[in-house]
Amino acid sequence: MSRLTQQSSDDNRFILVAKLDNARNLLNILKAVHFKESATCFVSSNGLKFTVEDAKCVQANAFVQNGIFQEYIFKEESATFRINLNVLLECLNIFGSSKDTGTCTALKMCYAGYGSPLILMLEEGGVLTDCSIQTQEPDETLEFDFSSAEVLNKIIMKSECLKEAFSELDMTSEVLQILMSPDNPYFRLSTFGHAGSTHSDFPKDSDMVESFECQQTQTNRYRISLLKPSTKALQLSSKISIRMDDRGFLSLQYMIINEDGQVCFVEYLCAPDEEVDEEDEEDLS
Amino acid sequence: MRFRAKIVDINCIQHFTRVLGTISRMAKMCALRMTPTKLYFILADNAAVGGVSIWCELTQSNFFDEYRIEGKDETNNIYLELAPDNLARAMKSAGNAQAVKIKLTKKHTPCLTFEITLPSLTSHTRSVVHDVPVGVIPQRNWEEYEEPAMPDFDVSIYMPSLKVVKNVIERMKNLSSFLILAANQNGDMTLGIDTDLAAVTTHFKHLDMPTWEGDNSSQNHNRDPDKMAEARVDVKKLATFLHGQQVNPSRVICNIMHGKAVQFLLLHEDISLQYVIPAVSL
Repeated sequence: MSRLTQQSSDDNRFILVAKLDNARNLLNILKAVHFKESATCFVSSNGLKFTVEDAKCVQANAFVQNGIFQEYIFKEESATFRINLNVLLECLNIFGSSKDTGTCTALKMCYAGYGSPLILMLEEGGVLTDCSIQTQEPDETLEFDFSSAEVLNKIIMKSECLKEAFSELDMTSEVLQILMSPDNPYFRLSTFGHAGSTHSDFPKDSDMVESFECQQTQTNRYRISLLKPSTKALQLSSKISIRMDDRGFLSLQYMIINEDGQVCFVEYLCAPDEEVDEEDEEDLS
Repeated sequence: MRFRAKIVDINCIQHFTRVLGTISRMAKMCALRMTPTKLYFILADNAAVGGVSIWCELTQSNFFDEYRIEGKDETNNIYLELAPDNLARAMKSAGNAQAVKIKLTKKHTPCLTFEITLPSLTSHTRSVVHDVPVGVIPQRNWEEYEEPAMPDFDVSIYMPSLKVVKNVIERMKNLSSFLILAANQNGDMTLGIDTDLAAVTTHFKHLDMPTWEGDNSSQNHNRDPDKMAEARVDVKKLATFLHGQQVNPSRVICNIMHGKAVQFLLLHEDISLQYVIPAVSL
């Protein structure tokens, strides 16, 4: 019997005890939001949410619902702490095991409440690692007020067809312009770099598009440096939902299927960079 | 002073290349001592400033088909100073060589000349020549390169799977510059880091203990078997050793001198390699 599965009387002092047979299921989803050193972790009885923000303009959320864990006990209403994501990822990957080697690292994660460190116990092949990661005072996180009622345009598509477009984004462009429209060209990604402009159009009736609900033509620009990190989530995901609300705020939701076939979600929210002025719109048409 | 040697067996050529590759990853400069029966690669950095020391010993007859040495006096020793990477690069040409001849030559500086004979499709063989400049170490300095005495270690233990250790150390290297290596005589070993951000410790259990003959372990007998001996070392130097070795040793022994140093002994049928990392205090 693995040492991690033994119930220890010590567990009583923790408000959170979560066990996972394959630590990569947590590691991979956290990698999808790892573009800053620190994350804020929200704990509830439904699971964990890790939030990472940059420049007060972009927010990434990784949802690790309780169903991902083999055992999940949380005794309070809620808890919030900030944690160094670099350190957490190194610890989760301490044995460096990968899908290819066919080995799994078992994980037990405990938290005793405000001011306490996050305790990780990892085991692989009889070798045990214990980690105690300091938690920090949580920062206030951004509230984007993104509600589905205000969404004007929404496309759900297979991630496959966006992967190339995002991994080859022209980073000399300051912005990524996204057009969503009920009319041709429906969905267009544009960059304006040193070597010229690029436009990638995605037809609405291809096999790749699962749902296309666009009510009104919207063209918004987003800082490319803020959206580029979302490529990490895109690469891991199988489906993506792209939504724009009436203020031009962008929501990218990624459906990620982990090694055990469970579904997890990662979300990127981004504020638009600036209003597109009349002249530019004429250029496009 | 003369030296010439020849390897023809492809397995020996490749093995010798791996040994040179290992040394070149661990040391920028080192001494090469040649005697009628052995070759030694020696690095004796100043431990007081955190330098590692390396002692690697090869039996010449396991590698060479011809081997002739004439030193300055009847001891028949030659000591050279060289960059092992240059030797490793010379041997890179010998991946499928029919023969490698190594000679001490006098060009405009003393050189170890590698003459590598490569097969070709025609009846003429091709040959590649590398001249590796070396410095000859005068006899009055030889004593700096003597074999280090077996240290008075507190605990001697076989290392766990190097693959696992390498992964763990690679992660810990990203978290801290120093690592605490500890072990006891009950087969327990821990690798740990402790910083403001996190404390991480990996525990290995049920490791084998080597048996030592002679008196250098005499003080271990009255030691409490559960008592850990530990040394805080530069994690990069540990990683250099683990990643540098290309000889796939059958076993690696780790000797800990509490608070002073860690010695690794890499055991392989044809070669033996010692690597000593001094401990760093807080």
